[in-house]
Amino acid sequence: MRFFEYEAREIVKRAGIPVTDYGFTTDAAEAKTIAERIGGPTVIKSQVLTGGRMKAGGVKFADTPDEAAQHAADILKLEINGHWPRGVLVDPKAEVKQEYYAGVVWDGSAKKPLMLFSDMGGIDIEQVAEEHPDHVGRRHFSPLEPFNDYQAKQCIADAGVTGKALQRATPVLARLARLFLENDMLLAEINPLAELHDGSFVALDAHMEMENEGMPRQKALIKALGIGDDEGTREGHEPTPFEAAVKAIDSADHRGVIQGKDTGFHGNIGLVIGAGGGSLTLTDAVRQQGGKPANYSEIGGNPSVAKACGLAKEVLQKDGVEKIAVMMSIVSNTRVDIVARGVIKACLELGKDPGETIAIFRIPGAWEEEGFKILDKYGIEYCDRSVSLWDAAGRAVAKIQGEAA
Amino acid sequence: MSILINENTTFIIQGITGREAVNLTRECLDYGSKIVGGVTPGRKGREVHGVPVFDTIEQVIEHNGGQVPDGSVVTVPPAGTKDAVIEALAAGIKTIVIVTERIPRRDVAAMVEYADNVGARIIGPNCLGLIVPGVAKMGGIGGPAKNAAQAYQPGSVGVMSRSGGMTTEISSTLTAAGLGVSTAVSIGGDAIIGSTYAELMPYFEADEQTEAIVIYTEPGGRMEAQLSEWVKENNSRLPIIAFMAGKFMDDEEMQGMSFGHAGTIVEGKEDSATEKIARLEAAGIPVVQRIDEIPDLVKQKIAERSAA
Repeated sequence: MRFFEYEAREIVKRAGIPVTDYGFTTDAAEAKTIAERIGGPTVIKSQVLTGGRMKAGGVKFADTPDEAAQHAADILKLEINGHWPRGVLVDPKAEVKQEYYAGVVWDGSAKKPLMLFSDMGGIDIEQVAEEHPDHVGRRHFSPLEPFNDYQAKQCIADAGVTGKALQRATPVLARLARLFLENDMLLAEINPLAELHDGSFVALDAHMEMENEGMPRQKALIKALGIGDDEGTREGHEPTPFEAAVKAIDSADHRGVIQGKDTGFHGNIGLVIGAGGGSLTLTDAVRQQGGKPANYSEIGGNPSVAKACGLAKEVLQKDGVEKIAVMMSIVSNTRVDIVARGVIKACLELGKDPGETIAIFRIPGAWEEEGFKILDKYGIEYCDRSVSLWDAAGRAVAKIQGEAA
Repeated sequence: MSILINENTTFIIQGITGREAVNLTRECLDYGSKIVGGVTPGRKGREVHGVPVFDTIEQVIEHNGGQVPDGSVVTVPPAGTKDAVIEALAAGIKTIVIVTERIPRRDVAAMVEYADNVGARIIGPNCLGLIVPGVAKMGGIGGPAKNAAQAYQPGSVGVMSRSGGMTTEISSTLTAAGLGVSTAVSIGGDAIIGSTYAELMPYFEADEQTEAIVIYTEPGGRMEAQLSEWVKENNSRLPIIAFMAGKFMDDEEMQGMSFGHAGTIVEGKEDSATEKIARLEAAGIPVVQRIDEIPDLVKQKIAERSAA
């Protein structure tokens, strides 16, 4: 789950890291009130779940409350990379002595969290790491043992920082490391982390992303941030009608799992395919043989007839889809006969002839004899494990697109 | 021979009374595996296909006259997995297969660190376990004994796969071609897993039965880069052949999306399919386009090595 900046700042604040006295609003008039309270120059920042807002005009500086209101009104109407802002953040314009970077991510190779610190803040950390590696401290820390402040101090010292700045920055990075683990984050970043002229440190921007798997045990935090259940995991894109329909069918009963995606797919080959790896393999095999899939899908965990039927129906009702290919790698848990019944039922309920509509059925494995018997009865072309995934996909392409051409 | 498990390996099932765990117990027993107990807190005194159920691992060990089982298959829900695995590790169990999906990364990393500290090995999470054809299986891999026997025959090729289903598809192809499988490991589809390709290579290297390795891989993560490094540094006797699924995810329209497994989310250009294929091939690991090309290439590579 991704967080807006105003939420990320709240998370940082809750962890005891100082933030500026900002305000969040969805209303231009209220932006003026916040700016009046701040009483000085302000920064008005669009609250969107996408990068590049500075370049797009989503961040503006105001000298007076009236100017703040005007900027807020403009920014609230400004779409950035296809995203509408949730609101604006009105932030005091800080007098910064030095900008730093503090961040924590997962390192999958080391299987540990990795903290990063740099005295070159405000810019992309990957760029700093490439061009000025001596200005970046990188340290892994234990996901099992309690985090100690000295670990943060070592990381900051690695970046070449010493003196008062080292002492002031240490608790900030230590708290960020702890909040990263405690809140099941995938990314926790403060950039820039500002050192003010009085020597104090304050977070001027924050970027947080929570792991979806951690959300069930982070309900209290999510609720405290005012995020409703209806927001889900805030995927990068809005689900299409097909994706939403498949999800609804999947949620209707707990047996097995079906998934469907069609964002970025524009073809006419309906794919009712399965198992995680099998679906990836089959989608590649269709495309590499010149086929244009209408969708991606996954069947797994032995779904009910209703689920298999529901997925097939949704695929068949997509624009331009006349036929489907039903294919999986060898199954050992999902039952061949149940999937066969489901896809046949889908054809019949839509008034289509299963033998004409199902271009190929290639699911070998558990209960295949029973499955093949049913397929025979409806005159559906099927094959067993002696026909490879590649060849089955090739037959689907030839049958569906060969006819369309 | 084999890796990690053999005909004498004893193991327990944690979460044994769950629906999937009951099936898995049946399948493993039918296949010849030695399951010496099961654990579900609060269900002591029951039996699952003749396997006695206990509240704690300590009770299982006591029941078995102080013998610590060699392994555990963990099927408990995500919220309880970390505690279950640490219970097993603390009891001295050295080989843990975690079947459970959707475990938060913090918990996975903590379990892996604990296992490293006590010299134990975790396979998974989000995996189907491992199988030594004709000898034993630990986990749902290959399904019912009858189906497992059809897809997995003993042979010379070690298989490691980020997809459980594709472990069986590839092994079946090797079996049909007369090559067979030495040990097949479903390593799991998550971003952080207990045992990566490179970490399992030394076991295969030491196994005389294994003459070649086949891996199934996907976009996301740095596991293939790690394997490439391992191969370059260790002058392995084993030829490796790779299959990469999910090449379509490199398309611009698919950026930032995850397909198949949680671990396929591409976080940087290094973990895209194109980049991984280049990296593997630079390390002398050919990447085939089709599964059905694998057996001939394996035979060719084995012949080249024995001629050299």
